[in-house]
Amino acid sequence: MATKTASAKQQKSASSFWVNFVLILICLLWTIPTFGVLVTSFRDSRDIYGSGWWTIFPHKGWTKESEIIVDANIDVDKPFQIEGITSTFTQLRQGVQLPDGRRLTWVGNKRTRLVEIETYGWIGFDINLTLDNYRDVLSGGTVRYLDASGNEIQRQGNDMGTAFLNSIAVAVPSTIIPILIAAFAAYGFAWMNFPGRKLLFTIVVALLVVPLQIALVPILQDYTALKLNGTYLAMWLAHTGFGLPLAVYLLYNYIGELPRDILESAFIDGASHFTIFTQLILPLAVPALASFAIFQFLWVWNDYLVALIFLGDKNRVVTMALAAMVGEKGQDWHLLTSGAFISMILPLSVFFALQRFFVRGLTAGSVKG
Amino acid sequence: MAMLKGENNKPNILDWFASGIGQILISLFVPVLTFLVLWQGFIFLRDANAPKLVIVLVAVVWGVGGVALLYFVSNWLVEKTSRKWVHRLQPFVFVGPAIALLAWYLAIPTLRTLYLSVMDANSRNFVGLDNFIFAFTDRIMLEAFRNNLLWMIFGTGFSVGLGLLIAVLADRSRFEKIYKAIIFMPMAISFVGAGVIWKFIYTYKGEGIGVVEIGLLNAIVIALGGKPQPWLTMPPWNNFFLIVIMVWLQTGYAMVILSSAIKAIPAELLEAARVDGANEFEIFFKIMIPVIRGTLLSVITTIVIFSLKLFDIVRVMTGGNNGTNVIANEFYIERFTYGNAGRASAIAIVLLVAVIPVIIYNLRQFRERRAF
Repeated sequence: MATKTASAKQQKSASSFWVNFVLILICLLWTIPTFGVLVTSFRDSRDIYGSGWWTIFPHKGWTKESEIIVDANIDVDKPFQIEGITSTFTQLRQGVQLPDGRRLTWVGNKRTRLVEIETYGWIGFDINLTLDNYRDVLSGGTVRYLDASGNEIQRQGNDMGTAFLNSIAVAVPSTIIPILIAAFAAYGFAWMNFPGRKLLFTIVVALLVVPLQIALVPILQDYTALKLNGTYLAMWLAHTGFGLPLAVYLLYNYIGELPRDILESAFIDGASHFTIFTQLILPLAVPALASFAIFQFLWVWNDYLVALIFLGDKNRVVTMALAAMVGEKGQDWHLLTSGAFISMILPLSVFFALQRFFVRGLTAGSVKG
Repeated sequence: MAMLKGENNKPNILDWFASGIGQILISLFVPVLTFLVLWQGFIFLRDANAPKLVIVLVAVVWGVGGVALLYFVSNWLVEKTSRKWVHRLQPFVFVGPAIALLAWYLAIPTLRTLYLSVMDANSRNFVGLDNFIFAFTDRIMLEAFRNNLLWMIFGTGFSVGLGLLIAVLADRSRFEKIYKAIIFMPMAISFVGAGVIWKFIYTYKGEGIGVVEIGLLNAIVIALGGKPQPWLTMPPWNNFFLIVIMVWLQTGYAMVILSSAIKAIPAELLEAARVDGANEFEIFFKIMIPVIRGTLLSVITTIVIFSLKLFDIVRVMTGGNNGTNVIANEFYIERFTYGNAGRASAIAIVLLVAVIPVIIYNLRQFRERRAF
């Protein structure tokens, strides 16, 4: 394969410019949305509502040079003179050009009586970095911030800190438990004999692509009867149940391919199935276990539907907290963007650290219900 | 068992008796103790007011440790029986829990949902096919079907098309790994997170004095001399703005799978075609596509199923309003807004029926691939 790509690349060196050009363009398209959110999450709340995040880059625009306080005697409901120019309040709010190229802009409402003199020119990297947005979104108490016109606004915090811990409490066992159960089952299907083995495995394969929705209504009835709604246990069991077909299928494919003589020699030494499984098979299956673990972890961490139905507002996880924020504070972008990043930070790190295993898992079983 | 053996070994009868009783007691004691420990953990987690971090740690240890302990104890019990019984019972220690969970969470619910789908809203009275008639004739359901069709055609088409394009192009670049990692990255982001990211792109403030559009799309439109638009409340185009999000999320998946299929094409095949004077387009359409057809089909199937069940994006972005409803969202609304278990179940059955061809295909593939 190495020789193939090497020779192919030599031949294509002429068009390689265009290949890279198109790819860079696509990659820019792919990263700009996330980048914009990342930048916004670190901007001061007042700046966010006053200008787009891209204004942090050098660009041409108006900058404040000085301020004028309009004299209290002037009636601003009529046209009045300021800096040698006569204009109305409405005109000033939109900006009035002075003969020398500068601009007058009224800030805020009529009572503020504040006019800024602005000049047009290049603005350098204009970013007012802050971690306040993250502090506010993690907090469960009352948060205060300033909007574009400088008014103080109060909001109930969304307690993303607790949601983050809840997500860990849901996601870690929901990843390990199905792996453990599926590994036992995969070993059983691959190396043990029992009645109904073939039929049971066929059912596992059939369940691979069954949509989750089919189970939600009956399981909710069970959970209500068992008073399990809102508990971590309910989530672990649900994610285990829904993740098992793929887990058993993937691990069966791997464990079933392990060489037979390893097991046979262990049997001759008098080892039991349990010993062979825990001492021999589990360590050998680590690559397959890791692939599935990453897959399942991302799946559970990013899940919204199952959490929405079985967890409710008690113990809510990051996806639910974030979705609730979109509903309650759809325009509070300083909280939404930092909240989105808190929900993404762990899966993104896992993903970039263990990408190789993840890709292997995807290619091994590209069917998930 | 211990008693019978005891009669043959008179000198040791007391020993045997004692150890037999001991064995039985231990065999009873261990499972009971296990149960008590796990139950206490459950009660603690349900009622405790400890700091969140402590609860989380206890939960993780209790959950993971509990399952491991259950396997260990049940195997220990089985291995106490005779050799013959170990042979018979042990497979069920291994396979049993998985089968039980699959039965509880997927297999039996399918039948129960089927039953609920012919019952009324409170699951008390039999209503025949009424819920299915609703599912196929109601105005909102028809709109949802239309939208799901849009998602399936355009979402899948663009994801697979772009994924294929990137896979082919990246194969010729020195920076393949970097490009692929960037395109693949959204796979790690939740649909809710992606919803926030794109809502920020589409955000619209409306008209007024001194209003600055902070959404990228409207800023671009203004820079090009146009008027800002409320993108998410413009039917039917808002569907396409939502589909863009799915393409952004799923292209990476298509790219990774197709890329590994393309790399597996024998080099001689491509070289031979080049020697014969085929140009790159001919190589792509006449050699690459036919060779990776199987993989292409499975990627398309996976993404079609994905778009059929799509829920989170619509739920977070529009809630299904303004003509953007989809089947899975209508399922949620029927069950949780209107409390109609019958209609929700009928919708779930419709989703299941839609994937039955895939289930049959999977089973057939599986049977062909190995003599189980």
